[in-house]
Amino acid sequence: MASVGGAAGRVPATPHAESVGKPPAPRRVADFLRRNEEHAWRGTAWIAVVLPLAALAFAVSVLAVKAWPAIRVNGWYFLYGRTWTDGIGAYGATVHTDGVAHLQGAKFGAWAIIWGTVVSSLIAIVIAVPLSIGAAFALTERLPSWISRPLGFTIEILAGIPSVVIGLWGILTFGPWLAKNVYPAIADHMPNVPILKYFRNPVGGGEGLLSAGIVLALMIVPIIASTTRDLFQQVPPLPKEGASALGMTDWEVASKVTLPWVRSGIIGATVLGLGRALGETIAVAMIGGAILHIPPTVYLPFTTVAATILTQLDGALTDGTGFAVATLAELALVLAVISVGVNLLARLIINRTGRVGAPVGGA
Amino acid sequence: MTSLTAGPSTTRRRVSTIVWRVLTYLALVLIMAPAAWLLIGVLGRAWSHWRWSVLWTQLTPTGGGLRDQILGTLILMVGVFIIAGTIGVLAGIHLAEFTRAHRASGRLSGPLRTASDILSGFPSIVLGYVGYVALVVGLHWGFSLLSALIILSIMVIPYIAKTTENSLRQVPTGYREGAEALGMSAGYGLRKVVLKSALPGIVTGLLLALAIACGETAPLIYTAGFSNTLPHSLTHAQFPYLTYVVFQFYNDPSVQKHYLSYDAALILVVIVLLLLVSSRIVVSRTQRHSESSRGKQGRIFGRFRQDPSRAPEAVPNAGDLPLA
Repeated sequence: MASVGGAAGRVPATPHAESVGKPPAPRRVADFLRRNEEHAWRGTAWIAVVLPLAALAFAVSVLAVKAWPAIRVNGWYFLYGRTWTDGIGAYGATVHTDGVAHLQGAKFGAWAIIWGTVVSSLIAIVIAVPLSIGAAFALTERLPSWISRPLGFTIEILAGIPSVVIGLWGILTFGPWLAKNVYPAIADHMPNVPILKYFRNPVGGGEGLLSAGIVLALMIVPIIASTTRDLFQQVPPLPKEGASALGMTDWEVASKVTLPWVRSGIIGATVLGLGRALGETIAVAMIGGAILHIPPTVYLPFTTVAATILTQLDGALTDGTGFAVATLAELALVLAVISVGVNLLARLIINRTGRVGAPVGGA
Repeated sequence: MTSLTAGPSTTRRRVSTIVWRVLTYLALVLIMAPAAWLLIGVLGRAWSHWRWSVLWTQLTPTGGGLRDQILGTLILMVGVFIIAGTIGVLAGIHLAEFTRAHRASGRLSGPLRTASDILSGFPSIVLGYVGYVALVVGLHWGFSLLSALIILSIMVIPYIAKTTENSLRQVPTGYREGAEALGMSAGYGLRKVVLKSALPGIVTGLLLALAIACGETAPLIYTAGFSNTLPHSLTHAQFPYLTYVVFQFYNDPSVQKHYLSYDAALILVVIVLLLLVSSRIVVSRTQRHSESSRGKQGRIFGRFRQDPSRAPEAVPNAGDLPLA
């Protein structure tokens, strides 16, 4: 369509324009405008696309420049180290390493932070994906539309609720309720074997890794569920009806026709939800407790990269050498790399497995 | 025949179906119950001590109301609407109209779209940190409205671009061909025909983007700071908004501030609800009046079955139909 546009531009807009016979000069102006309107659209639209991307490139380079001194001094220890001391408040002297000034005793190992980010997001995914798929099935395949529509709208509302409000509810209502009614029941019956022993007592007060993971799950459910619901609605009815006619049960139709049809879309939505969970800040900062260590049980406070950046900035600004702020930039860079990596992975998966509808008779 | 009707696995299959149905309903309940609890909880917490004067009195160090914080949030939303709305819609037009699909696979690729997707998944706290380093400190703007607006806009632009692109793609090819056949230039046809019929989708995207913008906290703490009253300048003055009140006041020693925190949460939820409901109204009104806005494909097939004579117009390209 666009390729024909140039030629079409020279044709008068309507037969009327000629038969009425306007004075020549304005028509030339109008012609000029008409011919160039497409160029104007193209030009401004191109600027509009490039502008935010320039901002993205700018953001990444600012982070890299800002983090460079920290990257040099912290080295690989930053990724596996378990000690995080900023040296502030110890009245330590300023020392120089490789020409970078930092406080004496400052040692930044972010393993616990990165661990907390990854594990809380994985908990969220493990909870959210089955729930979303099940709910999407109930909404599209089973329930009549007068009940599935308001329920679908409720999920959309859930997507729109500000994360700080969810955090407030999580820390004041939901977390304490879990710690009082749900966690003890789990913790008291867990055997002392690897992995499961992390689910044993103490259960804490509701501020911690598992509470944050559950609330994160609640926050990414709308993303995954609404995408999955839309995908299910795109599966044409005939293959499903055909499968039913061949005698397949509901479960067989779902697992052999519907789910394979939209598999790549669900994986893509899952990875998008994972990206959201990894970058979520406020709710995790409120519910996670923001304590810088790997918690001894899943119920106890922890922290994530995003929450650390949020909660540590005030303290970091009191470091006169600026090294603590540079370290936060390094942390932000790590988070950016993780989330961009996850995003690219999602694209790769979607591209490899093909588009929606590929398995059977797709275009 | 017997093997078909009375195979050994019949019981297992019957059970698996029942289990499957129960599990799907259980999943739905496990999502709906916390969602309802959340909404009711927010309302209940604020309602028990609600006073309307919160809406028109100023915040003081000991209590007061949230007038300037509400206005601040609304100002942020208007600013984001203007900046991100313009850029995002134009970017969506570029992605939908001026970027070619990959010819062989029909797949939409290209560096621009990849980069746009990356930006949409970029953690907001990282953008906030960059805003702090580059705008607040680097350009010496200080915590201010302008830095906050720029960072918030960058955050939601990819979202608006995506929804614009999607709704432009749903405009039937016939509309474009019709515009061209009538001799419209490409630009004129884009403005008068294509954009016009994609408008409801674009407006919905804008409203949802505003809902995202008004609920953001992390990047604002880094760029807008916080103040009790509205400032008179774009830069060099900290700016009030609601989400900060929720985040900081709930564990303040003063009970008055707890109440303000719950009130702010309720007001935020009400704003978001208004935005969501109005986006719903936009969609449903246009679906009643216009043929162009078939939202989901499921609806196309529904219509196709009810009224075969209209199928050729309603279906954008026949290749999508499994039996075409």
